[in-house]
Amino acid sequence: MSLLELRNLSKTYPGAGGSTVQAVADVSLTIAPGEVLGVVGESGCGKSTLGRTLLRLTEPSGGQILFDGQDITGLRGAGLKAVRRNLQVIFQDPFGALNPRHTVGQIVAEPLLVQGIGSRATRAARVAELLQIVGLPEGAARRYPHEFSGGQRQRIAIARALALEPKLIVADEAVSALDVSVQSQIINLIAGLRRRLGLAILFISHDLSVIRHVSDRIAVMYLGRIVEIGPAEAIISAPRHPYTQALLSAIPRAGVSRADRIVLKGDLPDPSNPPPGCAFHTRCPKVMDICRQRRPELAGARHASACHLPEAQP
Amino acid sequence: MPPAPRTVSHQGPASGAQAAGGPVLSIAGLTIRLGADAIVEDLSLDVRAGEMLGLVGESGCGKSVTALSIMRLLAEPPMRVAAGAIGFGGQDLLALPEDRLRRIRGNDIAMIFQEPMTSLNPVYTVGDQIAEALLLHRDLSRRAALAEAETLLARVGIPAPRGALGRYPHQMSGGQRQRVMIAMALACGPKLLVADEPTTALDVTVQAQILDLLDDLRRETGMAVVLITHDLGVVAQYCDRVAVMYGGRIVEEAPAARLFEQPRHRYTEALLRTIPAANPPGADLPAIPGSVPQPGQRPPGCAFHPRCPAALPRCSAEAPEITAPPHRFACWNPAQ
Repeated sequence: MSLLELRNLSKTYPGAGGSTVQAVADVSLTIAPGEVLGVVGESGCGKSTLGRTLLRLTEPSGGQILFDGQDITGLRGAGLKAVRRNLQVIFQDPFGALNPRHTVGQIVAEPLLVQGIGSRATRAARVAELLQIVGLPEGAARRYPHEFSGGQRQRIAIARALALEPKLIVADEAVSALDVSVQSQIINLIAGLRRRLGLAILFISHDLSVIRHVSDRIAVMYLGRIVEIGPAEAIISAPRHPYTQALLSAIPRAGVSRADRIVLKGDLPDPSNPPPGCAFHTRCPKVMDICRQRRPELAGARHASACHLPEAQP
Repeated sequence: MPPAPRTVSHQGPASGAQAAGGPVLSIAGLTIRLGADAIVEDLSLDVRAGEMLGLVGESGCGKSVTALSIMRLLAEPPMRVAAGAIGFGGQDLLALPEDRLRRIRGNDIAMIFQEPMTSLNPVYTVGDQIAEALLLHRDLSRRAALAEAETLLARVGIPAPRGALGRYPHQMSGGQRQRVMIAMALACGPKLLVADEPTTALDVTVQAQILDLLDDLRRETGMAVVLITHDLGVVAQYCDRVAVMYGGRIVEEAPAARLFEQPRHRYTEALLRTIPAANPPGADLPAIPGSVPQPGQRPPGCAFHPRCPAALPRCSAEAPEITAPPHRFACWNPAQ
C-alpha cells in the first residue's frame, strides 16, 4: 500500500485582476513507504505548492490527500496534529526556518514539546541522539543557529524534522542554497537517513542532476501539472515528454555541441494564464495542431507522460 | 551531466580578436582587505580579447569582490585595495581618478549581475534606460538613441523590440530583464564584460538561452567575458579558460578542457568528484568534509588544508606559491 496518495490534487490562488492562478492542477501520485520521489520543474511549475499542499500547510482547492490509508484532506485540530507527527518538512533556507533566539537544543526539541512527548530529561536525551544522527557535535545543543555554517544549519533543520520519527519528509530545495562542496554532505546525510530509518521523501528541486542522484522515481512538472512520471532511470535515459528532454538537455556540461542540444525558445508562460491545450505547446519544438487544442492526459503505468506525440506514448 | 572529460573540442576564442595581442585585462598581485582581514589575496589574472574566462568558486571565496574591484565599485570603506594593479587599456584602473573611471565604466568595461531587477530602474521604461546609457557615453540625438536601443534589443533576442522599448522592467520575465541588461552592457561596445552569476536566478531552460547569447556576442564582437559562477557545468560548457578560487586566492587556472581532465589542485579535484553528476545515481558522494571558510576565519597556510585529504604538514604552515602558466596551481601536494 502507498504511504501517500494524492488524487487529483489542485490548488488555485487568486491572481491579479480577478484571475485565478492554478498552481497545482489535477495531480495524482503515490509514494511507497521508504521511497524517494523527486519532483523537478522550473519556477511556477507548482512543485513547492504541491509540497505545501500535501503537508496541509496550505488548503487544497480540490482533490484528496491520503496518508497511510487515511483521508487527511479535511482533517483539523487534534486529528491533523496527530498526522503531522508523520509528515515533516525541510526547506531551502535553513536560516529562515530556524528561530535565531532559540538554542539548537530548543529548536530540535520543539516538535516533541508541541506533541507533548517525554519529560525534559528524555527530550534532552533525544536531542543529543538526533544531533549525533545528523553529524553535529554534542555541544551544539547549547549554541544558536547563527554560530553555524549553512550546511550545519541544514543539519539542524533535518534533526528537527526527524525528532518525531516521521514516515515522510518533504524536502523542498533542501540542498539548493548550499555550496557545492557542502551540498554532497547533506545529500549523503539524507540518503543515509532514508536507508537507516526507512523514510519516504518527496524531494523537490529545480536541479535535475541532484534529483537524478537521490530519487527512485521522478515526476516532472510544468505549469502546475505532472507531464511525466516514472522510474528515475527511465526518465533520465529515455525521457518521453519533450519538456523532460529539454530540461535534461539544458543542464550545462562539457563536451556538448550546440547542435546536439535542445534550447527552448521563449519564457515560461504566465501561470495565471496558461496556454490552452498542452501548456507546453508554446515552447515545444515538436508541436502539432492537436497540442494547441486538446490537453493530453497522463498515460502509462509505471512510466507515464502527457503528450500527443506518437513516440511519447507508452 | 558532469563537467567530465570533454569529447568535443571547443571552438576557442573568437578568431581575429587574438590579433589584438596582449591581454585586455591584467590583474597583478591584487589584495583586498576588510579591516585587517584579506578578502582577496595576491590575485593575478589575465583576460584576453574574445575570450570567455570562468572565475569559479563557492560563497565567500572572493570572486564577486574581485569583479567589483575591476569596476572600482568596491564598498570603500570598509573594503580597500591594499596592494596590486588592474591593468586595462594601458593604464592602471586603481590609479585613475573617478571622472576618468566613469568614462571607462559602461564604455569599455560593462558589468551584469545576478538579479537584473535590482540593476534596472523600476520607474523608467526599458527604452529610456538603454537610451540613457547611450546618451551618457555617446553623442547622439534622443531619437537616434532610441533607434539604437531597438537594434540592441533585437540583437539580444527580445521579441518585438519596438514594443519592448515602452515596457517597464516588472512587465518582463527574469530572462527578458537579463537580456535588457546585456543590451545595456553592449550599448557602447565594451572590450570587457564582467558577468557576475548572470544566470543563477534564472530557470535552466532560460539559462541556456542567456549563456548561448553571451557566447555568440563575444565571438561576434571580440569582447572578452569574465563569467563569475559557482556552476562547474556552466564553466565546462562555455569557458575557454577557468580560474578556480578558494579562500580569497586563485588556487588553479588552466584552459577549461585541461582543468576538467587533469585538475592539479586538491580542491578542484575534490570539487569535480563530489558533484552528483559525476557519480552513479544513489551512490554515496565523495563528500568534502567541513565547510567553506569565510573571510576572517581562513586557516593559515593553504586555506583548503583542513578539508584536504592529501594535506602535508607544510600545508598548514605555508601558503603555496602559484606555478607558471598555462596551467597554474597553488598546491604543495598536487594531484598527478
